[in-house]
Amino acid sequence: MANYSNNFCLSISLEFPGRRSASVHLRPLFYPSFKWPSDESIEEKQYVGFATLPNQVHRKSVKKGFDFTLMVAGESGMGKSTLVNSLFLTDLYKDRKLLNAEERINQTVEIIKHTVDIEEKGVKLKLTIVDTPGFGDAVNNNQCWKPITDYIDQQFEQYFRDESGLNRKNIQDNRVHCCLYFIPPFGHGLRPVDVEFMRALHEKVNVVPLIAKADCLTPNEIKKLKDRIREEIEKFGIKVYQFPECDSDEDEEFKQMDKELKECTPFAVIGSNTVVEARGQRVRGRLYPWGIVEVENQSHCDFVKLRNMLIRSHMHDLKDVTCDVHYENYRAQCIQEMTSKLAQDNRMESPIPILPLSTPDAETEKLIKMKDEELKRMQEMLNKMQQQMHEKDQ
Amino acid sequence: MSSSDVARQPDPSRSLSLSGHVGFDSLPDQLVNKSTCQGFCFNILCIGETGIGKSTLMDTLFNTNFENFEASHFEPQVKLRAQTYDLQESNVRLRLTVVNTVGFGDQMNKQESYQPVVDYIDRQFESYLQEELKIKRSLHSYHDSRVHACLYFISPTGHSLKSLDLVTMKKLDSKVNIIPVIAKADTISKSELHKFKIKIMSELVSNGVQIYQFPLDDETVAQVNTAMNGLLPFAVVGSTEEVSVGNKMVKARQYPWGVVQVENETHCDFVKLREMLICVNMEDLREQTHTAHYELYRRCKLEEMGFKDTDPESKPVSLQETYEAKRQEFLLELQKREEEMRQMFVQRVKEKESELKDSERELQNRFEQLKRLHADEKAALEEKRRLLEDDQSSFGKRRAAAQLLAAQNLTSNGKKDKDHTALAFCIVGLLFERQTLACKHYYKMHCFIVVSTLTFTFFNRFE
Repeated sequence: MANYSNNFCLSISLEFPGRRSASVHLRPLFYPSFKWPSDESIEEKQYVGFATLPNQVHRKSVKKGFDFTLMVAGESGMGKSTLVNSLFLTDLYKDRKLLNAEERINQTVEIIKHTVDIEEKGVKLKLTIVDTPGFGDAVNNNQCWKPITDYIDQQFEQYFRDESGLNRKNIQDNRVHCCLYFIPPFGHGLRPVDVEFMRALHEKVNVVPLIAKADCLTPNEIKKLKDRIREEIEKFGIKVYQFPECDSDEDEEFKQMDKELKECTPFAVIGSNTVVEARGQRVRGRLYPWGIVEVENQSHCDFVKLRNMLIRSHMHDLKDVTCDVHYENYRAQCIQEMTSKLAQDNRMESPIPILPLSTPDAETEKLIKMKDEELKRMQEMLNKMQQQMHEKDQ
Repeated sequence: MSSSDVARQPDPSRSLSLSGHVGFDSLPDQLVNKSTCQGFCFNILCIGETGIGKSTLMDTLFNTNFENFEASHFEPQVKLRAQTYDLQESNVRLRLTVVNTVGFGDQMNKQESYQPVVDYIDRQFESYLQEELKIKRSLHSYHDSRVHACLYFISPTGHSLKSLDLVTMKKLDSKVNIIPVIAKADTISKSELHKFKIKIMSELVSNGVQIYQFPLDDETVAQVNTAMNGLLPFAVVGSTEEVSVGNKMVKARQYPWGVVQVENETHCDFVKLREMLICVNMEDLREQTHTAHYELYRRCKLEEMGFKDTDPESKPVSLQETYEAKRQEFLLELQKREEEMRQMFVQRVKEKESELKDSERELQNRFEQLKRLHADEKAALEEKRRLLEDDQSSFGKRRAAAQLLAAQNLTSNGKKDKDHTALAFCIVGLLFERQTLACKHYYKMHCFIVVSTLTFTFFNRFE
């Protein structure tokens, strides 16, 4: 019947009232080169043509381009910049000035944005990296994440305003889609500053915790640390980004990969700015006297898993969760605050009369009391007179 | 006899040459034998973040297994934990005390993190000072708990020191011999390590932090010490696990990409640290602690208490005289304070008494005032009662008159009703007034209606 290849196809059967039923195959995005069906197949069934929808979406999105905002947070010296360079295979931090220890004693957190436009096979990506230098570096780190939460809220607010505005043609989406948090591998698990930071941010942005500089841990130690961190994340109620459940009709291999990915969190990563020669190839890695650590070797670290998750499979999901969950929460909260404020203001000037016996002041109370007494006296006198009259009549 | 006395009279001694072997060249051996019999004592303080590898490094350095337990990251304050061990190597006994910080660098606000460490070091100095000042003292059998060496563990970020490190080392450099080490050095590659070491040393120098320099006065070790001084801070890796490399078992860490051998000098500086700390300079560290750091502490402490070496006329003053003078001063001060307090107490009592008298008088006045008021009110009431009685009597008279009239005129409703209506209108007026006081103006109509119905009922009752 069909001349299409049968891999990764979803089959739908449609019933139109009063017509013959049509059976359509939808091809997914993986095969952008769509082949119009040959003439014989058109004769065989009623062909509608919306099987090309995915391809239309693909074409339009390629034309429009994508954007993605990634935030990196963690103490200085955790390898954040190196990892970002390794992930996107560029050099974003060319002229960076690092502060001395004494300058950092009272440092406050800054927010620095780097925006780059990168292109691959015709697909354009506008990548924004939000850097947070100074986080956790000062001697007193109380509330050191406040500038970060303020920044995220600011972006939400700006989008909210733009969305409610009159001219919505060119809304710039600067909302933060993902926050990579770097946990130092030198300790036994999460530290108080890690817990507080993730708790302050987990309802505003997708938090992905990573174990930084994983080349100082042996495989056993990595496993222990990951278990410990997962335990503590659950104990403290931190809602990190969860991978979406894969559909039940995906094939076993995919499900297995998905399961492995989920059990590997938090990812233990290594980054490198240099290319070394290992096993006859030139790879990104770190050269030690005792061996070479390859960044892209799955048995050395989880860099490849992180890259796949972040870029190759879940980038759009991260954006969706940001739009559908975090932004909507923010928006609902904002609107609720506004309406409750309005209600409070309205109550002040309402013309609805309050009960006549509201608390009178002391003076009028005294007068009322006096009048009451006089009334009582008059009443008594009246009663007396009535009685007298009755007696007299009888 | 103070040191200044001795200095003023130089020893007139001349050197002589010996014609034979006397035998006092065995003096150092005698000293060595004596101290070996006594045993040595050494105290190390390890400062570093939780999990940085302090306990593991100690285990590796001394080739034993000190009982350690993992600390949690959620300690509210920095604490110190000291453990003492007795070790023996050939015929030399060593009493080793290892003091570890617990919870260092974990709190959100680390401004007070250095304080427990400083307090601990001062406490050890203080107890030694107390022992020294005792009348009956036994210094030779005193267990010296003063900290001889402080290993400061620097986190291998690869950039520079952390702000906490700088602040802490500045507070400690005049109290203890600081030896900074880079912990977990298997995470830094060779080139990064070189840059890191240079950066650390330049930061320490520019901030005036005095770390321990290996001594250069002894020719036998001067050369090696100079070389080592240039390699500070040592980048160390600790491990208690053994891995087989070649055909022997060595202390190492096994990674998927290679094996880091702890005792391999090309892999890390562990061997250098062990040599410098234990093999070559342990005695020097103890000496430095005693002659430099302890003396500084002692001088500061005694000056605080008011002791001086020379009095205002630049004559030497002994400790005892100063002590007596201080004691007298203290007692006088005490007496003066007591007098002051007594006087203040007397004054307060007087004040309180006068206050109470005033309030008593006031109460009396008020009582009389109230009594007067009461009398006035009573008089007024009496007056009113009289008026009422008058009214009643006049009313009675009028009634009598009206009855007469009524008897004469059966049909007319005349005066009574007029009285009643007058009264009724009074009531209306009163009610109206009362209601208006209680309600807002738009209820006045409502009240008026209510009131007028009331009066009509009154009318009905009369008829």
